[in-house]
Amino acid sequence: MNSLNAVLETRGVSKRFGRTSVLHDVSMTLMPGRVTAVLGPNGSGKTTLNKTLLGLVRPNAGDVLLNGATVTGTDAYRAHIGYMPQAPRFPENLSARDVLKLVLSLRPHAPHVAIDELVAAFDLESFYTRSLGVCSGGQRQRVNAAVALLFEPAVIILDEPTAGLDPVSSAALKDRIIAERNKGRAILMTSHVLSELEELADDVVFLLEGKIRFQGTLEALRTSTGGLTLERSISTLMLQC
Amino acid sequence: MLILAVLRAQVAELSRNRWVLSYTVLLAVLTEALYQLSGSAPRALSGLLNVVLLLVPLVITVFGVVYWHTSREFTELLLAQPLPRRALWCGLYLGLTIPLVLAYAVGITLPLLLHRELTAAIAPLLAMYLLVGTALTLCFAAIALWIGATQDDRLKALGLALGIWFAATVLYDGLVVWFATVYSDWPLEKPMLALMFANPVDLARTVLMLQLDSAALMGYTGAVLANVLGGYRGALATITALALWILLPALAAGRSFVKKDF
Amino acid sequence: MRHSRRWLVIGTALLFSVHGSLAAQSGDTLVHVGKGAPSPSAATIADALRQVARHGQVLVHAGVYAESTLVILKPVRITGKPGAILDGQGARGLVIVNSDSVELRGLTFRNTGSSHTDDRAAVRIFESIACVVAQNRFESTFFALHLQRVDGCIVRENTMQGLAGSQSTTGNGVHVWSSRNVQVEHNTITGHRDGIYFEFSRQASARQNVVTESLRYGLHFMFSDSCAYESNRFVANRSGVAVMYAKHVRIADNLFSDARNSASYGLLLKEINDSQIVGNDFLNNTIAVHLEGANRNHVSGNRFEANGWAMRLLADAQENQIRDNSFFRNVFDLSTNSQSHFSTVRGNYWDRYRGYDLDRDGVGDVPHAPVRLFALVVERAPAALLLVRSAVADALDLLERIAPTLTPATLLDQAPRMRATVRAPSAQLVPARRSNERAP
Repeated sequence: MNSLNAVLETRGVSKRFGRTSVLHDVSMTLMPGRVTAVLGPNGSGKTTLNKTLLGLVRPNAGDVLLNGATVTGTDAYRAHIGYMPQAPRFPENLSARDVLKLVLSLRPHAPHVAIDELVAAFDLESFYTRSLGVCSGGQRQRVNAAVALLFEPAVIILDEPTAGLDPVSSAALKDRIIAERNKGRAILMTSHVLSELEELADDVVFLLEGKIRFQGTLEALRTSTGGLTLERSISTLMLQC
Repeated sequence: MLILAVLRAQVAELSRNRWVLSYTVLLAVLTEALYQLSGSAPRALSGLLNVVLLLVPLVITVFGVVYWHTSREFTELLLAQPLPRRALWCGLYLGLTIPLVLAYAVGITLPLLLHRELTAAIAPLLAMYLLVGTALTLCFAAIALWIGATQDDRLKALGLALGIWFAATVLYDGLVVWFATVYSDWPLEKPMLALMFANPVDLARTVLMLQLDSAALMGYTGAVLANVLGGYRGALATITALALWILLPALAAGRSFVKKDF
Repeated sequence: MRHSRRWLVIGTALLFSVHGSLAAQSGDTLVHVGKGAPSPSAATIADALRQVARHGQVLVHAGVYAESTLVILKPVRITGKPGAILDGQGARGLVIVNSDSVELRGLTFRNTGSSHTDDRAAVRIFESIACVVAQNRFESTFFALHLQRVDGCIVRENTMQGLAGSQSTTGNGVHVWSSRNVQVEHNTITGHRDGIYFEFSRQASARQNVVTESLRYGLHFMFSDSCAYESNRFVANRSGVAVMYAKHVRIADNLFSDARNSASYGLLLKEINDSQIVGNDFLNNTIAVHLEGANRNHVSGNRFEANGWAMRLLADAQENQIRDNSFFRNVFDLSTNSQSHFSTVRGNYWDRYRGYDLDRDGVGDVPHAPVRLFALVVERAPAALLLVRSAVADALDLLERIAPTLTPATLLDQAPRMRATVRAPSAQLVPARRSNERAP
C-alpha cells in the first residue's frame, strides 16, 4: 500500500501488557478521503491500536506518524484527530453543553463546527442542558459523536460509533461519516456490525492476535477471499489463519 | 489555561456529586453532635480529632479510587485531546481535591457558624483543623490517584486503598506503641518524633494535639517536643513536612499517570 | 551560719539606732517626712524614726527615699501617702524590723537588687510579734518579705512583683521561716522564685492570694504542720505548687492552673499526712495532683478539668480517701505505678464513665475503672505519650474496659456518680484564663 499520502500511520508498532503481546509489528495507514475499517474478534488488539494512534497507549516498539512525521509520545498532534470512544460514561452532573464547552476550551485556537449545527445534526436540543447522568445511553452516544466531530480534524477515530443509537440517529451519523470522508478526512472505525462497515468502509485492516492478517481495499478483500459479503470474507480469512 | 478548563469542569461535576455532598453532611452532623454533647466549640473540635484523622483519609482514598474508575472513560476522552498529560493530571487532581477540601471546610465550619461560635478564641484551633484537613485531603487524594494509575483492577485498587488507610491510621500506631514499649529504656523522644513525621496521619495528630486541651500533657515529654514543634521553627518544620507529604505522593501519582497506558 | 548572720544584723542595727532609742523615750506621736510636710517633720525616714515616740506614727509623703537600710527597733507605724517610695538603688534591703507591733502600710519598696550571699529582702522582720505589712507595693525586689521567728504577723493586700530573671536571681515573695500564726491574705504575688514559702511554721494561713508566674513554685511549704491554704489562685507557676513533710494541713477552695512543664505539678503532695485537700479546682496542668508517700488524706470535692494527669497516686501513698471529686476532659484521670493499692476511690464523677443507673439513685450500677490501659503504657514508655490521642490508644482502652486484665483492681470506683457534684464557684475562683467554655 502506498503510504506516501497517509495522514496517520503506524510503523512496526508492537505492544505488550506484561507477558501478553497485544500488537505485534503493526504497520497500517489511514488515507485522506477514505474510511478504514479495523476488524477482528474481541481481544485482537483493535482498541489498543486505536489508543496507540491517539497516544493513550505508548508502544514498546515502532512509531506513530502524522503526515510522515514521527509523533510518538507527543501531545500536540492530537489536535488533528477527532475521537469517539466506545460508549463512554460522562461525568454524571455535567450537561452536553458543559462537555462540548470543556472540549472546545481544550483546543482554544482550533477551527470548529458551529455548536448549533452539531446540536441540530445530532438532535441534542431536547436534553442539551440536562445532566448527562439522567440521559439515555443513546443520548450520551450522540453527545459522544458530537464531541468527535466538533473540530475539523484530518483524522476521525470512531470506536463502535453506532452502538446504542436508534436507527434514525444511526443513519444520521452514517451520513455524517460519509460527508466527512467526502471532505477529505481520514476515518478509522471499528464496529461489530459488519453490514455497516460494508456500507461505509473503503479500506479494511484485519487484526488477529495482534497481527495484521489483511490490509487493503474492501474490493481487494472480496476478490482475494472470493466472498460475496464482508462476513463471508472474514470467515474465510479466519479459517485461513 | 488548559488546566483551568479541566479544573472548572471537575469542580462543577464534583460539587454536585452526591457522595461529596453526603461527606459534607456527615461531617456537619458529627460536628453538630459533638457540639451538642460537649456544649462548646473548642470541645466539639477536640472531639473531632479522631473523626478527622480517621474519616478524612478513609473517605478521600476510597472516594478517590472509586472516582478514578468511574471517570476513567471520560479521562480517556480528555487524553485524546491535544493537551499534555501533566497538565491534565494537575487539572484532575485539583479538580478532585478542591471540592473535597471545600466539603470538609464547610462540614466542620457550618455548624459552628450557625451556633455563632466562630469567635477569635477558637480561630487558631479551627484554622489548624482546616490546615490539617486540607493537607490530609491533598495527601490521600494523591495516593488515591496513584493507586488508580497503577492498579487497573477495581477491586484490587479498592483493597489497596483500604489497606493503605488501615496501615496509616491504625497499624502504624500500633507498631509505634509496641516499639515504644519494647525500647522504653532508651531515650526515645527523637526517634518517636521522627516516627510521627514519617506518617502524615501522626504528623497531623501531633500538630492538632499541641493546639488542644491535651497540650497540658505535652509538658511531660519535656524539652524535645517543645523545641522541635514549638514556636516559629516548629511551625516551619511541620508545615514543610506536611507539604512533603502532599508533594511526594502527588509527584509519584503524576509520574505514573504520565507513563500510563490507558 | 544562720545564727552568726543574725547576730551581725542585730549588731548593725544596734549601732545605727543608739540615738533613736534615746530620743524615743519622749518623741512625737506623729512625724511627717517629705518636702513641704507639716511639722513636726523630718527630712529622712531615719530621722523621723528617731523622732517618733513608741507606738507613734511616721507619715511618709510622696517622694523617692533612697536612704540606707532602715532599722526599726521599737513599736511604730510607718504609713505611706500615695507616691511614697523607698528605693534600694539595686544595692540593699530597705527595712529591717526587730520589734513587736510594727506596722508598714501604703509604702512602695523597690530595687533591692539581687544578692547571692544573703537573702536580701525589701522588708525583713525577725523575732517579732504582731507585725502588720499591709497595702504596700513591692517592685523588683529580691525577697519581698522575709519573716523569721515571728508570731502573729499579718501580711495583707500587698502587691509583689519579683525581679525578672532566673531562679537564682530572684527570691521568694513571702518567705516565712520558723514562725507561728502568720496570716498571708489578699496579696498579689508575681514573678518570684517561690510566691509563698513556709518552712518550719505552724498555724499559719494563706487565704485569697493570687500567685502567678513564679519561677519555681507558687506555693512551697515544708515541715509546716496545721496550716491552712484557702481560696488562693495559683496560676502559671513554672513548677506549680509543691508541699512536703507536713500533717494536718487544710488546702481548700484554691485554684491550681496552668502548671505545664515536665516537672510541673498543679499540687505535689510529698509526705503530707492526715490532711484535707477539699474543693479545689485543678485546670490545665500537666499533672494536677501527685501523691507520693502521702497517707490518710481526704481528697474530696475537687474538680479536675483538662489536665494531662488529673491524679497520680503512687503505691506508697496509702489510706487516702479519694471521694466526691469530678473529673472532666483529663487525658488521664488516674494513674499509678503499681498493681496494689491501699487508698479508697469512691463516689467520684468521671466524665468517661459509660455505665448506667437503673435504680436512679444517682450512683452508677457498675464500677468504674479510672486507670486507662494506655496510662500504664505511658508509665512504662513515656515517649508513647505522643500517641495518646490515637485510635490505637482508644482501642487499647476499650479492650481493657471490656476485659480488664492489667489495671489495678483495687483502684475501682464502686459507686461512681452519674452527675458531677455541683459546687457554687466563689467569685475568687473564676480563673483568669478560662475561655468561653460552658460546663457540660
